[in-house]
Amino acid sequence: MFGSFLKKSQIKSPWLMHFDCGSCNGCDIETLACLTPVYDVERFGIINVGNPRHADVLVVTGTVNRRNAVILKNIYDQMPTPKLVIAIGACGCSGGVFREAPNVLGGVDKVIPVDVYVPGCPAKPEAIMDAVVTGLAKLGKILEVA
Amino acid sequence: MARATIPFGPQHPVLPEPIHLSLVVEDEKVVEALPTIGYVHRGLEMLAAKRDYNQMIQVVERVCGICSMIHSLCYCQGLEEMMGVEVPRRARMLRVVWSELHRLHSHLLWLGLFADSFGFESLFMQLWKIREKVMDLNEATTGNRVIVSVNVVGGVRADLDEAQIRWIKDTLVEVEASIRSLQSTIMNDSTVCKRTVGVGVLTKQAAYDLGAAGPMLRGSGVAQDMRQLKYAGFDEIAFEPIVETSGDCWARSTVRFRESLQSIDLVRQALDRLDGSELAAKVKGKPEGEVITRVEQPRGECLYYLKGNGDKFLQRVRIRTPTFANIPPLAAILPGLDFADVPVVVLSIDPCISCTER
Repeated sequence: MFGSFLKKSQIKSPWLMHFDCGSCNGCDIETLACLTPVYDVERFGIINVGNPRHADVLVVTGTVNRRNAVILKNIYDQMPTPKLVIAIGACGCSGGVFREAPNVLGGVDKVIPVDVYVPGCPAKPEAIMDAVVTGLAKLGKILEVA
Repeated sequence: MARATIPFGPQHPVLPEPIHLSLVVEDEKVVEALPTIGYVHRGLEMLAAKRDYNQMIQVVERVCGICSMIHSLCYCQGLEEMMGVEVPRRARMLRVVWSELHRLHSHLLWLGLFADSFGFESLFMQLWKIREKVMDLNEATTGNRVIVSVNVVGGVRADLDEAQIRWIKDTLVEVEASIRSLQSTIMNDSTVCKRTVGVGVLTKQAAYDLGAAGPMLRGSGVAQDMRQLKYAGFDEIAFEPIVETSGDCWARSTVRFRESLQSIDLVRQALDRLDGSELAAKVKGKPEGEVITRVEQPRGECLYYLKGNGDKFLQRVRIRTPTFANIPPLAAILPGLDFADVPVVVLSIDPCISCTER
């Protein structure tokens, strides 16, 4: 019974962690704007946490470079399963405008598996919220199977 | 008293961006702080070899998403100087409008994050609620909330009609009233003052010697602002830099608070000076020669060095950003602080890591 309670609460109240992985700040600030009164994702039970060990959803903005790839992998490994990864912005999806820059490896999916991609430069808060809700449906399916 | 080294970052709840500080502490006091950067480095100055000088505008805008308009303004200004283009008056005034709207939203954003750094979450939410009105202005007039992409070499590519000008003025009246209603909280509230007054003091001489920039420098009593160079439309607009003298976190937040009110005034002055001239001048030829150009970002002085050899690709694009200038003063004020004050002081320089590392 406790297990089913946990499963239910994970979908109804996902804890989200944001990691800036070489973004220009545009998408970071839009992600943060989601938490503030006009968009207010807390009404979906979403809370922003700072510790990867508490998080269900990892929101990554920006490109991966040679230095932060290791950190991104570490953070992903520290999160408990089942977990969800959302790549935000053109850079997070593919490398965007920096794709050809010398220190850029590409999108987030070069390092960790990504569940939801959000296009846009920068992605709008509405798009980010839509991505989280889409991702939760996917997490729900994973939990049913698990 | 044992010494311990505590890592601060690169992933830390108070930092929206990754920077790493190795803090050497003795009991609760910080003895030494060693910054490590490079987590956001993309190498975009080298993209100048693959993108021509017009395409580079889109790249330099993405140096920093918060002050994107001001980066592209600096870049376009440099190319205009190099190619001898006279920018029409309307375009210069529109550049002031959008760059000051950017400064306004950046300062509101920072004041919010700063409030969050000492746990004043309701103030953070209030400030960001006000900020959304400014973001609406950006979105309705240019088509994008953050990266507005209005600058082209020779002028701007978007215009404001009469209805939009009226709407911007009406909205700014509301925004100004909301900001003023928070003035006593930000400047006089006892919980705010306990965390900011006398914390992280940078003296006037130290600020000057260590090469601090922007509100960090003006908070320590040095009246230096790149808008005094009268770039874009600032030659016609009345402008005085805002200065505080105490040099602590309180002074830095007060400078930014007063500057956000000043930005509203500058937008109004620029809107009143819009005339019927064209939006962009015709640009002929290719960039040749070298030029250094400076503008004032929300965080301080931003410097671009551009070099061209008559080809459509620039030979060199070098960007020097304000946060890079503010890291040595930060490393100088951290020793001697309580460990709990470190997040507040780090945030008080308004770190923009993506600018610093590019």
